[in-house]
Amino acid sequence: MEELLSILNDRHPDIDFTTREHLIDEAVLDSMDIVSMVQEIAETFDVTITARDIKPENFNSAKALYALIQRLQDEE
Amino acid sequence: MLFTSYGFFGFLLILFLLYYTIPRRFQWVLLLLGSYLFYCISGPTNLVYILCTTLTTWYAARRIAANQQRQKAYLREHKEDLSREEKKSYREGQKKIRRRWVAGCLLLNLAVLGVVKYTGFVIANLNGILHAFGGTVELTWASIALPMGISFYTFMAIGYLIDVYRETVPAEQNPFRFALFVSFFPQLVQGPIGRYGDLAPGLLGEHPFDAHTVTRGLQRMLWGYFKKMVVADRVLTAVTTIIGDTTAYSGAYILFGMVLYTVELYADFTGGIDITIGIAEALGIPMAENFHRPYFSKSLKEYWRRWHITMCSWFRDYLFYPVSTSKWMLKITKAARSRLGERVGKRIPVYLCSFTVWLATGVWHGASWNFIVWGLANWVVLMLSEELEPLYAKFHARFPGLDNRNLPYKIFAVGRTFLLICVLNLFDITSSIGETFRALVSIFTAGNWPVLWDGSLLELGLTGLDYGIAGVACIIMLAVSLVQRRGSVRDKIYAKPYPVRFVLWYGLFLIVLLMGAYGIGYDASQFIYNRF
Repeated sequence: MEELLSILNDRHPDIDFTTREHLIDEAVLDSMDIVSMVQEIAETFDVTITARDIKPENFNSAKALYALIQRLQDEE
Repeated sequence: MLFTSYGFFGFLLILFLLYYTIPRRFQWVLLLLGSYLFYCISGPTNLVYILCTTLTTWYAARRIAANQQRQKAYLREHKEDLSREEKKSYREGQKKIRRRWVAGCLLLNLAVLGVVKYTGFVIANLNGILHAFGGTVELTWASIALPMGISFYTFMAIGYLIDVYRETVPAEQNPFRFALFVSFFPQLVQGPIGRYGDLAPGLLGEHPFDAHTVTRGLQRMLWGYFKKMVVADRVLTAVTTIIGDTTAYSGAYILFGMVLYTVELYADFTGGIDITIGIAEALGIPMAENFHRPYFSKSLKEYWRRWHITMCSWFRDYLFYPVSTSKWMLKITKAARSRLGERVGKRIPVYLCSFTVWLATGVWHGASWNFIVWGLANWVVLMLSEELEPLYAKFHARFPGLDNRNLPYKIFAVGRTFLLICVLNLFDITSSIGETFRALVSIFTAGNWPVLWDGSLLELGLTGLDYGIAGVACIIMLAVSLVQRRGSVRDKIYAKPYPVRFVLWYGLFLIVLLMGAYGIGYDASQFIYNRF
C-alpha cells in the first residue's frame, strides 16, 4: 500500500489519498493521471492493467485501487 | 425529417398516441418501426448502411458471447484436469478468437464509415499531391451522400461490441431489439452516443402512461426548441454572412462572428440534445446527458469534461485507455523512461495517447484539414496547460487570494476559457486553415473596432429587433444555467403555484411560436452536429 500511495502522491502531492473515497467522481484523478500511473503500477506490482479495469469503482480510492492490484496479482 | 418540421410534429404525435395505447409489450416494436420509418424518410438508401452495421455487430457480439460461455463451461468441466499454465494457455487461445471477431467487425464498420465520409477528402488530397509533382491525372470519385447519423450509430455499435467483449454487458440475442438500440430515431440526428447498458433497459422496457413524465419530457423539448429556434437559427444569418466573406468582414467582425458562432453552436447542439432527451423522456426512456453547463468551465480541460460528454467518454473508454494500456505503449514508455529520464519518460504515454485521441476526434468531426487542425489545436492547448501546471501552482501560492474560490477570478477564468473556445471554434467554420489564421490575425491588425457600435452589425442580415430577441434569449439561457447549479429548473417550477407554472411554460411556448426564427426570410435549419 505504501508503494501505491507513493505513486499517487507523486502525481498529486497535495491530496491525502488515505482518506479520499471519490477520486474519480470528484475529478481529483483524471484520465491523464491514470495513463501516467498505469505503467508505474504495472512495473511496481507486476500486474497487467487493461482498459477493462479502468473504471471509477477501481480508481475512486487508494483502497479500491489496491484491491484491484491484489485481484490482478491473484489472477496472474 | 427536421426536428423543426411540421412533418416531424405529425410523426411524433401519432407515435406518442400509439405508444401509450398499444399493449406495452409491443412498445419497443413500435419504436423500431417508427425509427426505421424516420430513417427511411431521411433517405431510403441510408437503410443499407444502418442495416449492415446492425447485423454485423449483432452477429459478432453473439459469437464473442458464445465463445465466452464455451470457455467458462470448458474451464469448469476441466477444473481439476488442467494445470495453471494449461488453463492460461487455453484462455489466451480463446481470447485471440474473440479479438479476431472484434477486429473484423470494427474494421468492416469503420471501413464503411471511412468510405462514405472520407474518400472524397483523401482523393482531393491525392489530386493535390499529384498536381504538386506536375501530374495531369485527375482521380475522380462518385461522392456518396453521408448517411444521417452514421458517425453516431457506428460509434454506439462499436461501444456495444467492445462492452460485450469486456463482458460488461450481455450480448443481445434478438437482432430486432438490438436494431432499436442502434436506430432509436431521436438520437440519429446528432447523438448522444448512448451506451447499450444504460439505454437498452429503457428502450426495451414497458412504460405505462404517466402524465408527469410525459409533461416533463415535453417541457424539456420546448426548452430545446427555444434554444434552437429563438437563438441558434436567428443568429445563424449573421455568422454565415461574416464567415462567408472574411475578406470583407475582418477584424472586429471576426471577433463578433466567432463569439456569435460559439453561442449559436451551444444553442443549436444543446437545444437539439434537449429535444432528443425530451422525446425519450416523454416515452419513459432515460438517456445519458451530453452537457453539464460547458461554458461555465474554468479551463479547457474542464470544458471537455462538460461538453459533448458522451463523445468524450466514448473516446476515453474505447480509444484512450486501450491505447494507453496496450503492450506496445507500455514498451514505448519503458524505453522513454530509460532514455529520457523518469520525469519526461512518464509524460510520453500521456502525449502519445492524447494525441491519438485528439487526432481521432478531429477526424470524427469531419473530412477536412480544418477539423484535424482543430483537434490538434485542442491537444496542444491541453498539453501546454498540463505542463504549465507547476507554474500555475507557484502563481496561486504567490497570490493565494487569486484562485477559483475568488468570484472575480472565477469570472475571469470562465471568460478566458470561453474566448479560447471561440478561437478554437473558428477552425470549424472557416474555409481553410490559412483563412482561420488570417482571420485571427486580422482581429489585431484591422483596427475596425467602431463597426461594433456604429450600426455596421445591422447590415449582417439581422435587425436591431433580432439582436434584441437573441440577447434577451441568451440572458434567459444564462439565468437558467445559473439556477440549474442548484438543481433541476423543471423541479423548481413544478414546486410553484399553478398560475406561475402556467405563465412560465405557456410564456415559453408563445416565445418559441412568436419569436422562433421561421417564416419569410427564415428556414428552420438542420442541426450543426447532424453533418458529423
